[in-house]
Amino acid sequence: MMRAPPLRHVFATSVSEAAHLLATDPRAMILAGGTDVVPNLKRRQFAPSMLVSLKRIEALRTIRSLSGGGLSIGAGVSLSDLAVDARFAKAARALRSATAQVATPHIRNVATLGGNLCLDTRCTYYDQNLEWRQAIGYCMKAPKSTGGVALRDKEDCICWVAPQSPKCKAVSSTDSAPALIALGANVVLESKDGERTLPLRELYADDGMAFLTKRGDEILREVVLPADFERWTSTYWKLRRRDSFDFPVLGVGAALKLGSGGTITDARIALGGVLSAPILVPESATLVGKTLTDDVITAFAELAAKHAKPLDNTDLEFPWRKRVTKVFVANALKELRGDDRAAMGRLAERAVVG
Amino acid sequence: MTDDTPRTSVRMTVNGEDVETTFGTHKTLLEVLREELGLTGTKHGCELGECGACAVEVDGKPILSCLLMAAECDGAKVETVEGLMDDARLHPLQEAFADLGAAQCGYCTPGFLMTAKSLLDANPKATRAEVKEALSGCLCRCTGYQQIFDAVLSAADKMGRA
Amino acid sequence: MSSTNWNRDPKNSVGKPRRRVDARARVTGQVRFADDLSLPRMLHCRLVRSHVPHAKILGIDASKALARKGVKLVLTGEHFPIAYGVLPVSHDEHPLCNDKVRFVGDPVAAVIATTEEEAIDAANDVVVHYESLTTIATPQEALATPEPRIHTYGDAGNVHKKVHFEFGDVDASFAGAAHVFDDTFFYEGNTHLPIEEHASLAIQDPEGKLCIWSSTQTPHYLHKALAKALAMDPAHIRVIATPNGGGFGGKSDPFNHEIVVAKAALMLGRPVKICLTRLEVFYCHRGRHPIEMRMRTATDKDGNVLALDLQTLLDGGSYGSYGVASTFYSGALQTVTYTIPRYRFRGCRAFTNKPPCGPKRGHGTPQPRFAQEVQLDRIAVKLGKNPADLRLQQLAQPGSLTANFMRIGTIGLGACIDKVVEGSRFRERWGKLPFGRGLGLACSSYLCGAGLAINWAELPHSGVQLRLDRSGEVTAFCGATEIGQGSDDVLANIVAEILGIPPFDVRVVTGDTGLTPVDLGSYSSRVTLMMGNAAIQASERARDLIAKSVGEKLGVPPSRLVFANKRVFDAQDPNVGMTWLEALHRAESDHGTLGTVGSYRPAAPAAKYKGGGVGPSPTYSYSAAVIETQVDPDTGWIHVEHVWVAHDIGRSLNPTLVEGQVIGSVYMGLGEALMEEQVFGRLPPRLSNALVHKIPSILEYKSLTTKDMPDVTTYLIEDPDSAGPFGAKEVGQGPLLPMMPALANSVFDAVGVRVDEIPVTPEKVIRALEAKTKRYGPGEFPTVDWPEPLKVAPPWEGGDGTAQNEKPRKSKIAKDGTRIVTP
Repeated sequence: MMRAPPLRHVFATSVSEAAHLLATDPRAMILAGGTDVVPNLKRRQFAPSMLVSLKRIEALRTIRSLSGGGLSIGAGVSLSDLAVDARFAKAARALRSATAQVATPHIRNVATLGGNLCLDTRCTYYDQNLEWRQAIGYCMKAPKSTGGVALRDKEDCICWVAPQSPKCKAVSSTDSAPALIALGANVVLESKDGERTLPLRELYADDGMAFLTKRGDEILREVVLPADFERWTSTYWKLRRRDSFDFPVLGVGAALKLGSGGTITDARIALGGVLSAPILVPESATLVGKTLTDDVITAFAELAAKHAKPLDNTDLEFPWRKRVTKVFVANALKELRGDDRAAMGRLAERAVVG
Repeated sequence: MTDDTPRTSVRMTVNGEDVETTFGTHKTLLEVLREELGLTGTKHGCELGECGACAVEVDGKPILSCLLMAAECDGAKVETVEGLMDDARLHPLQEAFADLGAAQCGYCTPGFLMTAKSLLDANPKATRAEVKEALSGCLCRCTGYQQIFDAVLSAADKMGRA
Repeated sequence: MSSTNWNRDPKNSVGKPRRRVDARARVTGQVRFADDLSLPRMLHCRLVRSHVPHAKILGIDASKALARKGVKLVLTGEHFPIAYGVLPVSHDEHPLCNDKVRFVGDPVAAVIATTEEEAIDAANDVVVHYESLTTIATPQEALATPEPRIHTYGDAGNVHKKVHFEFGDVDASFAGAAHVFDDTFFYEGNTHLPIEEHASLAIQDPEGKLCIWSSTQTPHYLHKALAKALAMDPAHIRVIATPNGGGFGGKSDPFNHEIVVAKAALMLGRPVKICLTRLEVFYCHRGRHPIEMRMRTATDKDGNVLALDLQTLLDGGSYGSYGVASTFYSGALQTVTYTIPRYRFRGCRAFTNKPPCGPKRGHGTPQPRFAQEVQLDRIAVKLGKNPADLRLQQLAQPGSLTANFMRIGTIGLGACIDKVVEGSRFRERWGKLPFGRGLGLACSSYLCGAGLAINWAELPHSGVQLRLDRSGEVTAFCGATEIGQGSDDVLANIVAEILGIPPFDVRVVTGDTGLTPVDLGSYSSRVTLMMGNAAIQASERARDLIAKSVGEKLGVPPSRLVFANKRVFDAQDPNVGMTWLEALHRAESDHGTLGTVGSYRPAAPAAKYKGGGVGPSPTYSYSAAVIETQVDPDTGWIHVEHVWVAHDIGRSLNPTLVEGQVIGSVYMGLGEALMEEQVFGRLPPRLSNALVHKIPSILEYKSLTTKDMPDVTTYLIEDPDSAGPFGAKEVGQGPLLPMMPALANSVFDAVGVRVDEIPVTPEKVIRALEAKTKRYGPGEFPTVDWPEPLKVAPPWEGGDGTAQNEKPRKSKIAKDGTRIVTP
């Protein structure tokens, strides 16, 4: 049976206590739902001295309306709870669609929003048992020098996906991030030095190793939806081989603010699963002032798909995933225009929940 | 495990009974159930959260025992397949699984049963689509699932009438 | 044979849908699988597996591992000088590698420690020094690279086996054909993925003998392998097959880990357990061979097949396993579905540096079945015929001998086709659905047990012993192994049917070489038929004994007695009779302690040529299926809407279980058709010597979830076959076979492209849509230096089952009863 290595486990009773523990022991690691951490422990990708459990911090599991508008979602709220929360049934249905499609019902019952946002990047050369990785001579993200444990800083070891690449190409595989980036969410990080707020998209860097801009001793405490989020309309399309279990090999989060006559007054289109970071499509703003005609949609989908750089390190072939990026961006916009998803084919039917 | 392996004690309720147990801190609930408590009804097929064989109910929800550090379970209420019977009487789900051929090799069955139990406890009138969704975290290589869906719906029907 | 002439029509439990006799254990978590067992003082074993694909072992340094406090023993190849293997012709495995490693995952050492954690850590401490050798990744590379040889035996270089048969003058048929169809196909390998990981627990029992509990489908073969590899008296070995948490063929070989824990338990005098990780289960493999195929078919103007010419190239992986049989099976059953007047088959299996391939559900036959059924679809389209009619016009004939001397029993295939065609409205809808929607039809046939045993001994293939207790309980003993398919229920059901008692009054004891008579194992769909016939014989002998006593007491001729409802009574006056218990007591006082035996051995095959031993079966099952799909033209996405499947079961012994086997086969077949593949990656050679399984996890080896599985409509066709118990045929494997071609054919109907490769994926559909040829699939079949053919004249050309050009063969019986045949 696969087993975790020897380690210690402590319950933190507050975020500041957890932050303090992280600051005093650089080898300590946060344990939220654990559905990403535990398999990584068993595969020896992580070797923490201690797990700092957030389980007993009730404050992390609350969702509250903010006085100036907007919502604060505790990082410890489970994906199951988010997927059925009525507050995300309409404007923020991108979040519902994303959280409802993570992994399996069992995993969503335990996995947290914070955990999904901080999900380790994934790669077929990395998400393997220690013995398997030994057979390929390890990789840049988890090199031989550490005994196959993941690093944030690069050493002299190859990325098997792109042997010429100076950077690790492990893939950002969080569903909730592209949805929340489209919704314009901010995140609050707390450390022993205090707290800071930043746009969610700035939490990520396109580097499979140092994929979070968060410091190791910072804890993602809450996600904040902006004051005007209820005036938007949004969706999230997920591509995966099976209708359960699988990580996204493409995620499209799309959110639009529509004015009279269907004119776009603001737009954010985000992509996940096609780089080491989820990205906000930079041309999103070009949609402003336009209406969603077929031509506008097709042209934008072409532009958006150019940013997708899938490689041969996930399920399904990468040229095909790039092709589907275009289809999904277009279909997501069509859905927001009011087109019937059922008419877009069987893959479209299962790409969205809610 | 060596002498200096960190160890942890938890108290939890397993199938309605209080238990206190001490184990290597690195163990998941799966390992504690099977190896410390002798409850081998809960199975394992990957230990990485990829198959659903180890599903049990914790605090009323189906979860994967292979992904839950046992140290996190202090104070938890855990239900396993061993607790599904009402004394010597089979649960309606067990009757239906038996009668309708929903268990072939039986290895994934405890995970399916505990997941279905949680579903029907929360949603006694679950539809076929809801059953498929609720069970979508459990893999079965024998049945092709159809007889499992039939069994869950049949049990729901009987429980509704009882 | 029974002394009285009993009517074989079932009257009691046979044929009635019912919960299986072992259902309660299965729904309460009380089935004791191998890893559920633990014993006092038990030690844990972990194997050290090679991380290089092909290398000489220069040395093994276990000193650091041995220095660990909890480590009791480290074993290496030096402890295991004797080779073993499941087939007598390929004893090419050692429990731990002796001189070299042949794939990433080949076991080189074993660590035995007080806890599994300690064993894992200690295994990581064992250092193995290797000298790398050239690796061979594909059969094409194997053909081109005779040196270095992966094995020093085999037909040439890195070719394990080459076969060539010709049944009639095939070239003449092609020359005179109205149409010739010539296509190449590729079927990627895939694996069983049982949810239970293999596990074994071995002890030195209190008498000093070896006892091992193991998740094996073949305790008898494990017994033989242990005796050989450990050089032990088989009388001092007991193998208990624990119920398998899924087998599908993947637990049919004797495995390294089983022999290793046995040796360790004997050396240490303590129980030793191993449970493999999922990664190791992928390394054990023995799954579907990747096969490249070329199929040429000559037809008359109406599409009737005149001759078939099939070539197969199998990627065998690194060891023999059942591979010689797999090679023959990739051609042996092409003739039993449709009338094939002339047939040429050339098959080649190559060694590669990957986990060994072997038998998976359908063993060697799904690949050529895919080729044949897709090509028939092409023939129908070309000739403007409905694919159902094209098949119906040339079905094989019941009771006939095929061109390659397979003897066919009953054939329910016509009825199967009619059912699925009617259910899916195939005639009304095929070729007429809107673009993006399609229907595909395919058929198949499969063995009901291999006619010849692996070890050619003139011994029964299955034995059943009955003990009839004064309490009324009947205990049935048989070596068959419950792998989930319901073989324990089949045994109880048959005994109960004949003795007129409820199946739940029969205790079954199975899969224990220390208690039960030999059954060859749960593979090749043999158990229902072979164990069933043995059970009938044992039960009828018991019934005869009882009937004699009861008849004398009641003054009724024994042949008039009925056994039903726990009574024995006069058919002409049901009031004249006695209870089952009274009958048993009567019989025991007359005959003494009651017990009977029964056994079964198939009739000698009609095929007498060398290689003709693979393919014959007491009878064949037949299946037909229609699959409806929706294919998105912009993404190639394939959605299966519905499956209609009909299976010729002969007779359903317990329809609940039969239906479960059919739907389960559909499920596994759809998985193969759409997504399951065991694929390997080779890193840039200048940077690495790696040749690794790309996706050895349940997450990335894709199998259908509850939400991916379509609804299935099942039809059971009952046309009892006299070879089967109460007329029953197999059901565990046959219904899988039509899925892959039916799916590919439905994709063609939906979007007009041919994907001649399994799995059929959205990427391949898009490539086919974008191709000028509207096809995606392999190009030319590789050049193979085929041997001279064995020429066998078909029965209708005066053949007698022998080859015209075969050298006489010598055979001798080995010490263990095995017949060894040498040319």
